[in-house]
Amino acid sequence: MESKEINLLIGGEAGQGLVTIGELLAKSLVRSGYFIVVTQSYHSRIRGGHNTYAIRASGKKIVAPREAVDLLVALNPETVALHKSEISAGGLTIVDTAFKTTSDKCLQVPYLELGEKQFSNVVALGVVSFLLGLELEMVGKALDDAFGKKAPEIAEKNMQILQESYRWCSHQGVNFSKLAPASDIRRRLLMNGNEAIAMGALSAGVKFCSFYPMTPATSIALNLAAQASTMGLVVEQAEDEIAAINMAIGASFAGAPSIVPTSGGGFALMTEGVSLAGMSETPLVIVVAQRPGPATGLPTRTEQADLELVLHSGHGEFPRAIFSPGTVEECFWLTRKAFEVAAKSQGPVFILTDQFLADSARAIEPFDLEGLETVRVGIVEDSADLPYFRYPIYESGISPRLLPGMGKHLVVAGGDEHPIDGHLTEDLSVRKFMVEKRLRKEEEIVAEVVPPEIQGDEKPDLLLVTWGTTKGAILEAAAKLRNDSTRVGTLHFSQVWPLVPQQFLEVLQDAGEVVCVEGNAFGQLARLIRRETGFNFHRRVLRYDGLPITPEYILRALERS
Amino acid sequence: MVSIEDYGQFETAWCPGCGNHSILEALKRGLVDSGLEPYQILLVSGIGQAAKTVHYLKANVFNGLHGRAVPVASGAKLANQDLKVIVASGDGCNYGEGGNHFLAALRRNIDLTMIVHNNQVYGLTKGQASPTTQEGFVTKAQPEGVASLPFNPIAVAVAMQASFVARGFSGMIDHLAGLIKEALAHEGFALIDVLQPCVSFNKVNTFAWYKQRCYKLPEEYDPTDWQAAMQRAMEWGDRIPLGIIYRNQRPTFESRHSVLKQGPLVRGKTDLKKLEKIMDKFS
Repeated sequence: MESKEINLLIGGEAGQGLVTIGELLAKSLVRSGYFIVVTQSYHSRIRGGHNTYAIRASGKKIVAPREAVDLLVALNPETVALHKSEISAGGLTIVDTAFKTTSDKCLQVPYLELGEKQFSNVVALGVVSFLLGLELEMVGKALDDAFGKKAPEIAEKNMQILQESYRWCSHQGVNFSKLAPASDIRRRLLMNGNEAIAMGALSAGVKFCSFYPMTPATSIALNLAAQASTMGLVVEQAEDEIAAINMAIGASFAGAPSIVPTSGGGFALMTEGVSLAGMSETPLVIVVAQRPGPATGLPTRTEQADLELVLHSGHGEFPRAIFSPGTVEECFWLTRKAFEVAAKSQGPVFILTDQFLADSARAIEPFDLEGLETVRVGIVEDSADLPYFRYPIYESGISPRLLPGMGKHLVVAGGDEHPIDGHLTEDLSVRKFMVEKRLRKEEEIVAEVVPPEIQGDEKPDLLLVTWGTTKGAILEAAAKLRNDSTRVGTLHFSQVWPLVPQQFLEVLQDAGEVVCVEGNAFGQLARLIRRETGFNFHRRVLRYDGLPITPEYILRALERS
Repeated sequence: MVSIEDYGQFETAWCPGCGNHSILEALKRGLVDSGLEPYQILLVSGIGQAAKTVHYLKANVFNGLHGRAVPVASGAKLANQDLKVIVASGDGCNYGEGGNHFLAALRRNIDLTMIVHNNQVYGLTKGQASPTTQEGFVTKAQPEGVASLPFNPIAVAVAMQASFVARGFSGMIDHLAGLIKEALAHEGFALIDVLQPCVSFNKVNTFAWYKQRCYKLPEEYDPTDWQAAMQRAMEWGDRIPLGIIYRNQRPTFESRHSVLKQGPLVRGKTDLKKLEKIMDKFS
């Protein structure tokens, strides 16, 4: 017997190496041709606590996490207690014989007989690899790629323990259905949301990143820093978030395409800078990787509750665009798009993601970079007509932007109201013209809006609507519901501002029951759509316990009422 | 050859007798004496009366938020290190609202020139205490007198071994212009704290008050002697030293950065072939 898919969950304390096991399994699975969805859940600490690394693997394309666990790898007894209710029929728990767990659905592994304590994660890797049906060579290569270069004697020991544990498991006659071989084997990349944002930024020509460390945004900056010398950019850890955004504004003003990754609390500090980018008409890409608030909230968990914060951030009125990628691929392409829109509209552009997608590794097709363009910021020109004015008024609201120091022209910009020359003004008629000029730029942003993705049955009985990282959950929930002979459609917003009602209002109006599914308690997208279109959602499925929305969660919520 | 006329003449919003007029004059002279043309420099300021300086001479300008001139200047300099980047803002902006950025700038040592117009009071908001206001100074906001100790920017900068630390006085324009020229020539972060009277709101630290106390450091003074510099940095009251109090040759941020060593970011290209290779590592 073979399984079409397996949901594996590794649980233990921080410091036990569960992420290492998870990443090596993920790599081996992807190289073996499987699709995966990784969900990481961890406590805000470096040692102890209870952390999990879950991999859902399938030979077919999957896009959401699953709750029922087929293979529970318990690195401590607590994991067994916390997750036993999630084990599926036919599921198996892997424990250390030392836990003295009594259950016939357990595989007791003599960890200390197979390897010394510091190698126990390699033992787990060997055992799980066999149970999943992975080839030993494939896992061995992943292990070697990760640690082979470090210390030869440790690498050798790793390999030996991996082989012994794999073989040990093969002799146990365990009753567990391994994964059916993948049918569509081809080269894919293993990448999470934050890595894809960093790669998207690099492909767009990012030259400057300033940040203050904050979970779950930090790895965007770290991924950029790792490539800074190769790709020719500067990544600077600022003294605080206020400095981070102002540095990026300075860098962008001088001509370096800039990105600022942060999370809710850090972003709250940046909001005056957002307003400055709007007023000074400086292109800027800001990534807000959401986590549950208010205040420090749950620092390492997930939520989609900062849509309203980002939409209204910064005092005064100025245009903006907000992207909300739903997949790792969208993280890449929409980050590129964010740089283009920022350069074109000369202002702040946001990418709203969250801890779930930031840490969710997936198998993706390699991005085709052939023919991609990098953004042009400002017109690098040595022979502009002098004098040059930064803010002349045109129909589009967009003023040609030159860079300071790149010619004999002078560039004067800033946060005070200004006439076309950029200096201070208190002339109130100028003020009116300038407000209107800035707001007219929204038309340029609207022209570039990514329309919401409509899938499933036309004029459905049930329409599931969401934004951002909950995309996979509504798609899989819809597929399940459709099997029960209901006509089901989905609508996913990968850009939540500006909203263009012509792109979606009819779809909402033509559906029977329209349900908004969001990872927050207010139903922020539902409120926004009602504000902009008058459309009232019939139901809301909301989640705000720090965990990502799953297809099962949606199905349960729909059944309840 | 650049001349002072190239920097233009503008009508200002400052009070007659304000020290800002003299600082502006010294800045122009320092720039001309350095042979810099307006298009080669970027002036960055925050908010306050001093922050308006950047609007009163020809240059590239970014006038940002209160307290945030230094981060903007740092980002701009890292993006285009060919620009001479100068911060011109007041004591409230740079030492109060922007205090954290001031400390970070001392440590980073990006090649910036920071001119702090220090009149020991808030002018734009009409007379509240600033971080450098002396103890006991009575204002409408501090009716019982300022209880906090005044911030000593010179001592902090010397203690942090900032690479160039100087003090000037708006009443000594030639001397100040000379300091600005030296600061512009210095590779690394250069602080010039400029004492200036506020004719409207500071009736204690007046032009005469400063004139009486300020003295130029003697010729034989060695600004590379850190301990001597710490002593001078703590001197305040009856006698206030002016000049380059401390300097060293710490490497700049830019000179240590593998990418910046190769030239300005703004002229850098993006090589997607290299990115292709980076992405291969994800397979």
